[in-house]
Amino acid sequence: MSEPIIALERAEKSYGAVRALRGGDIALRPGEVRALVGENGAGKSTLVKLLGGVVRLDTGTMRVDGEAVDFHSPTAARDAGIAVIYQEPTLFPDLSVAENVVMGFHPLGALRRIDRGAMRKEVKGLLDRLGVRLDPDRPVRGLSIADQQIVEIAKALSFDARVLIMDEPTAALSGNEVERLFNVVRALREEGAAVLFISHRIEEVFSICDTATVMRDGAVVHDARIADMTPDDMVRRMVGRELSALFPKQDAQVGEPVMKVHRLTREGVFFDVSFEVRAGEIVALAGLVGAGRSEVARAIFGIDKPDAGHVEVGGRTLPPGRPLAAMRAGIGFVPEDRRQQGLVMDLSIARNATMTRTGALARGGLIRSGAEDRLAKEWATRLQLKFHRLADPVGFLSGGNQQKVVLAKWLATEPKLLILDEPTRGIDVGTKSEVHRLMSELAGEGLAVLMISSELPEVLGMADRVLVMHEGRLTAEIARDDADEESVIRAATGQVQEAAA
Amino acid sequence: MSAQAAAPPPAAEGARARRLTERVFRVRELGIIVAFLALVAVTGILEPRFLEAGSLRNLALNASIFAILAVGQTLVLVTRNVDLSVGSVLGLSAYFAGDLLSNHQGLPIPVVFLLGIALGAACGLFNGILVTWGQVPALVVTLGTLYMFRGLAFLWTNGTQVNAETLPDAFLNLGTDSVLGVPFLVLIALVVMLAVGQWLRDYRAGRELYAIGSNPEGARLAGVRSERRVLTAFVLAGALAGLGGVLFTARFGTVDATAGFGYELTVIAAAVVGGVAIFGGAGSVYGAAMGALLLGTITSSLIVLKVAAFWQQAAIGALLLLAIAFDRFVALRVEAALRRRSARRAG
Repeated sequence: MSEPIIALERAEKSYGAVRALRGGDIALRPGEVRALVGENGAGKSTLVKLLGGVVRLDTGTMRVDGEAVDFHSPTAARDAGIAVIYQEPTLFPDLSVAENVVMGFHPLGALRRIDRGAMRKEVKGLLDRLGVRLDPDRPVRGLSIADQQIVEIAKALSFDARVLIMDEPTAALSGNEVERLFNVVRALREEGAAVLFISHRIEEVFSICDTATVMRDGAVVHDARIADMTPDDMVRRMVGRELSALFPKQDAQVGEPVMKVHRLTREGVFFDVSFEVRAGEIVALAGLVGAGRSEVARAIFGIDKPDAGHVEVGGRTLPPGRPLAAMRAGIGFVPEDRRQQGLVMDLSIARNATMTRTGALARGGLIRSGAEDRLAKEWATRLQLKFHRLADPVGFLSGGNQQKVVLAKWLATEPKLLILDEPTRGIDVGTKSEVHRLMSELAGEGLAVLMISSELPEVLGMADRVLVMHEGRLTAEIARDDADEESVIRAATGQVQEAAA
Repeated sequence: MSAQAAAPPPAAEGARARRLTERVFRVRELGIIVAFLALVAVTGILEPRFLEAGSLRNLALNASIFAILAVGQTLVLVTRNVDLSVGSVLGLSAYFAGDLLSNHQGLPIPVVFLLGIALGAACGLFNGILVTWGQVPALVVTLGTLYMFRGLAFLWTNGTQVNAETLPDAFLNLGTDSVLGVPFLVLIALVVMLAVGQWLRDYRAGRELYAIGSNPEGARLAGVRSERRVLTAFVLAGALAGLGGVLFTARFGTVDATAGFGYELTVIAAAVVGGVAIFGGAGSVYGAAMGALLLGTITSSLIVLKVAAFWQQAAIGALLLLAIAFDRFVALRVEAALRRRSARRAG
C-alpha cells in the first residue's frame, strides 16, 4: 500500500470539558476516495478541523508524507496541499464570486497589484471545470445555497490540492449537481489526489467512495474497503444499535382538505402553482434545488408576497404576505435553514421552544418563566430531546436535536398544517428516523403535512402524495403507489409535458 | 440542464452583471455629488456670496481634515469595527505638534508631521491590540480610549493653549497655501484618499479587510491573518487622525485640549452617508471623503443662510437617515434584480 499523504494517529482533542475526539486514526492515500461517516457529534467535524489546521491536536501525531507536522493555521494546511470545504458557509456575501474563490491568493501583476483580468480568467476556468455557468463578477449575496456550495468547491480547487476534504458537500445539491461534483472527485482521484468525503447519504458514499472510516462517540470504530461493507452494516456501526425501518410512515385516515393553494405565482420564481393538502396526509414537494419549492412554501406562510393567486386555509383566504395571519390560521413552518431562520442560536432551549407561544405564556405582558419551562419540558419529553439543561443556548445542541426544538416550537401552536422544508437535512441517521416517526404519528392524529425534501428515499418513504416541481411549475402529482425514483426524477427534470392539477 | 437553452449566453449575462454592479456603485457616489451640487446651487442662489472663490476655498479646506479622518474610519469600518477615538487622537496630535513647534523653533516641519503621525499610529496600535489580542469589541475599546486620550490631552496641556504667534510662519502657511491653485490641505486629503483607495481596491491586504468585515469566520478559514489586518486598519486610522491633528494646528493656529472634540461622530456620519456599511464588508474611501465634503457643505450653507444652529444638527441627522434609507432601497432593488436573474438562469 502506498504511503499516506496525510495521516492522524491516536489524535485527541477536547474543547473545555468536552472530549470531541478521543481516538482519531485516519490515513489518506493517493488515488483514494475515503468516506467519513458517523452520527452528528461523532467527532467528524473535529477531525476535519484538525486536518484543515483550524484547531490543533491535544495529543497524537499528524503526518504529512510520513513527516510529523503541526498545522498552526489554515494557511499551513493549505501550504501542505490540503483543501477543505467546510460545512458552515465561509463565503463573503459582499464580494464577487471571483474574489471569494481567490481570497488571500489573488493573482498579482505589476507592483503586486491584483490582476483582475487573470483573476476572472482563473475563476471562469474553475467554474467551467465544475460545469456551472456562474458570473464571476456578480456578488455572492443572493446566490442560491447550491450555487454557494459550487463557489466553495471552486475555492477548494483553486490551488492544486493533493488532499480534498469535503464536509457534507452534497447536502444542498440536487441530483445532477451531485453527479457533476462526483465527476470532479473522480478526476482528482485519477490525478492521484486523496479525497475525504463526509456525507449522511449512505447511497452516495457507496457510489463514489473506495474506503470508509466509521466514527462513533469521538472515536474511529471501523476502517474498511467499501466493497467489503453493506449499507446496513455501515449504519449499524455508526449508531451502534439496530435501526428500525428508516421511513416508518403509517397509514392514516385522510380527511377534508386543510389548505388549498390557488394559482400561486411569484414573478421569476414560480408560476401558477395549485394544489391542496388534506388532514392526515403527508404531501411531499419534490424537485431539484432551485425549482422554487422553498419559495412556494415561503409564499404560503406569508414571508414573501405572491404576485398572483391565493391560499385558503379552512375555507378562508389568507391575506398575502402576513406570516402572523398564517400562524393564526393554523400553519406552522419549519424553515430550510435551521441556524439562520429556525432558531435564535444564543437563546436558551426553553426560550426557543416556546417562542411561538409567548402570548399564551404571558400574564399582564410578562412571560412567566415557570410556564415557559413547563411547556418546553413537555415538548422536550415528547420529542425525546437530548439536552443538558433547558437554560442552555440552543446552539449547544447537535443538529438533530436543534431540529427537534424547531419542531417543538411549531407543534406547541397546535397547527392544522405543518410545512417542513428539508426536515432532516444534516441530521444524523438515528435522529432522522425519529423525525420521520414523529411526522407519521402527527399525520395519524390528523395533522396535514407539506414536506419539501431533496432526498428521494425520504420523499418516497414518507409521502402519501408527491408533487413535483420543475423550473417554478408543478409538473406532476404522483400517488404514493405510483411514485418511484424514475417517475419523480423524470418530472423533476421536466420530462413530463402536462401538470396534473 | 434543459434550462440552459432559455438562458442568455454567458457573455451577455456577464456584461449585464457588470452593468448592474457598476450602476449601483455610480448611483451611490453620483447621489452624493448631485446632492452636493444642488446644495451649493441653492445656497448660491439665495446668497450669491457663498459662490465666491474665497468661500468655496474655505469649504474645501474645512472638509479636508474631516475627509482624511473619514478615510481612516473607512478602513476600520469595513472590517466590522469602529474607531470612536479619532477625535481625541486628533486633539492629542494637534497639541503635540503645536507644543513641539513652539518650544523647538528650529525643528524641521516634515519631522513634526512624522512625529504627529507616529503619535496617532501609537494610539491606533493601542486600540488595535485591545481589539485583536484582547478580543474586546471595538465599540467598547475606542469608547474607553475616546475618554482616555482626551484626558491625556487635558493633563498635558494643563489648561494652557498653543497660540498662533508662537508657531513658525512656514508652518501656519501650510494651512492656507496653495500649490498650482489647489490648497495644500486639499492636496494632502486627495493624496491620502487616492493612496488608501488604491490600496483597498488593488492590494491583497486591502481586499482582505473587506473579507474580514463580510464574514470574519470565513476569512479565518480562508487563511486571512485577520488579527494582523485589523491591527493594521486601526494603526492606519490612528496615523491619519495624527496627520489630521498636525493639519488642524497648521490651519487654526490656536490649539487647546478640546481640539477635535466630537469629531468622531461627524466622521462616522460622513462615512455612512458616503455608503460605507456600518456592519462591514462594503464601501469606499471615495464615498466617505465625499460624505465629509457634503456634511461640511451643509453646515457652511446653513450658517451662510443664517439658519439657527439647532437646524444644522437636525439637517445632518436627516441626511444620515436619508442616506441609510437610500442604501436600503438600493440593496432591496439589487437583491430583487439578482433574484430575477438567478431565476432566469435556473429556469
